[in-house]
Amino acid sequence: MKPAPFDYLAPVTVEEACAALAEAGGGATLLAGGQTLLPLLNLRMSQPFIVIDLNRVAALKGISRGQACTRIGAMTRQCEAIASAELARALPVLVKAVKHVGHHQTRNRGTVGGSIALGEPAAELPATAVALDAIIEIVSVRGKRETAAGEFYLGPYMTTLEPDELVTAIRFPDWPQGHITLFREVAQRPGDFALVGLVGALVVEDGKVARAGLAWFGMGPTPIRARSAERMLLGQPLEAIEANAVAERAVADTAPFDDHHASAEYRRTVGARIFARTLREAFPAKEAA
Amino acid sequence: MSEHRISMTINGLRHVSNAEARVSLSDFLRGNAGCTGVHIGCEHGVCGACTVIVDGLAVRGCLMLAVQAEGAEVTTVEGLAAGDGTLHPVQQALYDEFALQCGFCTPGVVMTLAALTAPGSKANEQQLLAAMSGHICRCTGYQGIRRAAKKLAAAPAGEQP
Ligand code: FES
Ligand code: FES
Repeated sequence: MKPAPFDYLAPVTVEEACAALAEAGGGATLLAGGQTLLPLLNLRMSQPFIVIDLNRVAALKGISRGQACTRIGAMTRQCEAIASAELARALPVLVKAVKHVGHHQTRNRGTVGGSIALGEPAAELPATAVALDAIIEIVSVRGKRETAAGEFYLGPYMTTLEPDELVTAIRFPDWPQGHITLFREVAQRPGDFALVGLVGALVVEDGKVARAGLAWFGMGPTPIRARSAERMLLGQPLEAIEANAVAERAVADTAPFDDHHASAEYRRTVGARIFARTLREAFPAKEAA
Repeated sequence: MSEHRISMTINGLRHVSNAEARVSLSDFLRGNAGCTGVHIGCEHGVCGACTVIVDGLAVRGCLMLAVQAEGAEVTTVEGLAAGDGTLHPVQQALYDEFALQCGFCTPGVVMTLAALTAPGSKANEQQLLAAMSGHICRCTGYQGIRRAAKKLAAAPAGEQP
């Protein structure tokens, strides 16, 4: 199908974009990479009066170092994130997650901020932001604000973003060099949304878990932080970790649903398996012992 | 609804014409520029038939508005073969490996492979094969496409495998 008619604006500054958004009073849609929006427009599931294209706003692009964090401009393309030496060094698990978003051809347009602002519950990047304690930078004509990714998601495609607000960047706090990364997803085909997915990072000091950030995707209406599992892991000597028990606890925090791809029961079962397996693989030393 | 005067370079030639904001790049290329080698299967980013190269990158033509390609350098399957009909190395490899039957998906497959084997952006075998997950083919069983991709990965950038 073809989209319903709309007006198109291509601002070049953040201020112009905010002004256009405020003026539209809820009738506008922001166009980032367009890899979700264009299908919705083509299917007429979305029929905005105005499409505000952010692709010419240079200030929203690029990856930079901040204070003890890496800052990713919202309009940084997924292919740029994958190619970034800075991200490969600082946030290897984010790079791994981005590689699972869509296909090569959609990652050439799709943006990091677009995926994070959209809030698809089975998507990789929102969960990665939640797991790694990312901060989301938001702007509108009313001013700037920031929110923790963990507080940003309210439900499927629902966030705390107001109609006049836009996401400008995502800041990921540093994790120490050599931290352990965890990522696994189960999908029917490469490029599909995950049926069940897990992402996170761990820091081990003196043989004990000193820091943990883990989150599920596809396991509820939003990305879900595996808080109880993290609490179980923290302070534990590696050899005392019972992967299956932690996985059970991690699944207890989720709220998966039935849909035409998989049942909630399937998601819980597979979730527990991949959680335990991913943990075990993260500590190969214990496996050998 | 806004109408725009859009100019872009298509297969090395400058093209200027008008289109409504809602016109996709793939429809623009077919309807305004006559590049009917751009195939449209699903119009929601799933099949890959509409894949074209925009500023060096393989993208879905149906997931981009024509107006967004203002000023861009666009290549479609029409722009690959030489003037005398000599096939592009990617086309030749697909031909040699029997990688097409009805040919509907082929222009998309060709454009992804062409982008990823261009001098300066040569991908390895694993990357080429992974990128093929972005294309649905309903005829070949994919084995021919995979063989062609492997052959291309083994050849030096821009050269006949
Ligand atoms: S027509 Fe664009 S991906 Fe199918
Ligand atoms: S050759 Fe027919 S769809 Fe691929």
